[in-house]
Amino acid sequence: MTWSRYKSFYLIGARNTLVISFVSTLIGCVIGFAVGIVQAIPDDDSASKLKRIPLKVFKAILRGYVELFRGTPMIVQAVFIYYGMRMAFGIHMEMWTAAFIIVSINTGAYMAETVRGGILSIDRGQEEGSYALGMTYYQTMLYVILPQTFRNIIPQIGNNLIINIKDTSVLSVISITDLFFVHKSVSGSLYNYFESATIVMAIYLLMTLGASWLLRKLEKKIDGKKHYDLSTTDTLAHTSGLVRYERQSKE
Amino acid sequence: MNQTTVLRIERLCKTFGTHEVLRDVIFDLYKSDVVCLIGSSGSGKSTLLRCLNFLEDATSGSIFFWGEEVSRHQVNLAEYRAKVGMVFQNFNLFDHLNVMKNCTLAMQKVQKLGREEAEERARFYLNKVEMLPFINAKPHQLSGGQKQRVAIARALAMEPEVLLFDEPTSALDPQMVNEVLEVMRSLADEGMTMLIATHEMMFARDVSTRVIFLDEGRILEEGPPEEIFNCPKHERTREFLHGMRILS
Ligand SMILES: Nc1ncnc2c1ncn2[C@@H]1O[C@H](COP(=O)(O)OP(=O)(O)O)[C@@H](O)[C@H]1O
Ligand SMILES: [Mg+2]
Repeated sequence: MTWSRYKSFYLIGARNTLVISFVSTLIGCVIGFAVGIVQAIPDDDSASKLKRIPLKVFKAILRGYVELFRGTPMIVQAVFIYYGMRMAFGIHMEMWTAAFIIVSINTGAYMAETVRGGILSIDRGQEEGSYALGMTYYQTMLYVILPQTFRNIIPQIGNNLIINIKDTSVLSVISITDLFFVHKSVSGSLYNYFESATIVMAIYLLMTLGASWLLRKLEKKIDGKKHYDLSTTDTLAHTSGLVRYERQSKE
Repeated sequence: MNQTTVLRIERLCKTFGTHEVLRDVIFDLYKSDVVCLIGSSGSGKSTLLRCLNFLEDATSGSIFFWGEEVSRHQVNLAEYRAKVGMVFQNFNLFDHLNVMKNCTLAMQKVQKLGREEAEERARFYLNKVEMLPFINAKPHQLSGGQKQRVAIARALAMEPEVLLFDEPTSALDPQMVNEVLEVMRSLADEGMTMLIATHEMMFARDVSTRVIFLDEGRILEEGPPEEIFNCPKHERTREFLHGMRILS
């Protein structure tokens, strides 16, 4: 049986696939947040031109990055970065380094747009409520907007993770021994395409189901309890005079 | 009456494109003044309040706080905003934070209070608006009236010297309007300086020290409530009050 004989190869392939996709999704999210946050900085038309131009240029560069990596296939990017860099500039990149870079940068490009959209989707009212209390733009972003953005885009992060688990299979062009690479090697020597493909599909499905389940748990955890507890003890203590408030009255 | 000027607004103008929304608005807000800003929808009440808090940049004119001019680009804008609190029509609570954290966030980040001190202060003001039992609730778990009372406690917790209200009861179901007006009434009794845009004419008549009638971005009439409500000088004021069923 293919499975019992090659179990350890499939498992190593699966592990590699998981490691690349999890780590790269994580790094991709960090990139995506960084780029998305910059993209969402409003153009302050009351500021001087000199202050506005660097931001505009920076935004344009980031925009270029997003379009370039969203708009080209990852398999071509892999070949370009791994082989192309070597031939054109003599940069010898380690295969694994290349794999992490490619998938992270790709995820980052997708996440950037998701994050930007997520930031813009939080209603302006909360932002104004925050400013009215004296919070700065950065405090407002950090404590009011981004936590909600993060919560709202978890499904998108999950989407990216699942896509990455599947799409790392293209990395076999740079000889990464991911799950698909193992499949190609095993079936290439034994001609047991059907069996091997069945095994590989089952493993991919297990991994993606696991990923969805994990993200759902994260969502639940962030959402907290559905109900709130009336803090009755507090109330009694505070309204019965058990607790004294020392507030200096303002003359 | 004590006539210390807290906020002085001088010739404030605001245009959106070519649309003049505020025209030469001039008035003083005295300490413990409760000024109600009335006027039809679109007359510029919100814009005026938003300019006072720099959520909107006035096109021209000046704002003085305790005699000192304030501008959007000054370093202590945050300090000014903390001293001039604002309560919004749509509450603008932070959806992801519970009632307690809604109140403590700015105390901790803007006024740099420690957590315990911030929570103690929050408790004091939440108790005042009778929302203390709800400290663990998230905004979406509260009724409109409850949300607005939390929003008021949040603003009060910054211990502001002036409170601006932008139609605080307009988004509420009728049976919840009173609970919010009661809170505002007690603030007025305690001497809080307030500027209130409102359509609650009864409240304006009972509680305010002065009423300002804003018409197409201009202060058309200003005076004690008895005067504005009983014998308005301008035809436009009369029409407006008719529409509000105050004059028959
Ligand atoms: N951001 C904006 N851009 C353009 N016009 C605006 C903006 N905000 C308010 N206005 C206009 O300014 C006028 C006054 O609005 P507002 O201050 O909200 O009035 P009120 O609060 O008295 O109903 C309205 O005609 C409104 O359409
Ligand atoms: Mg308004």
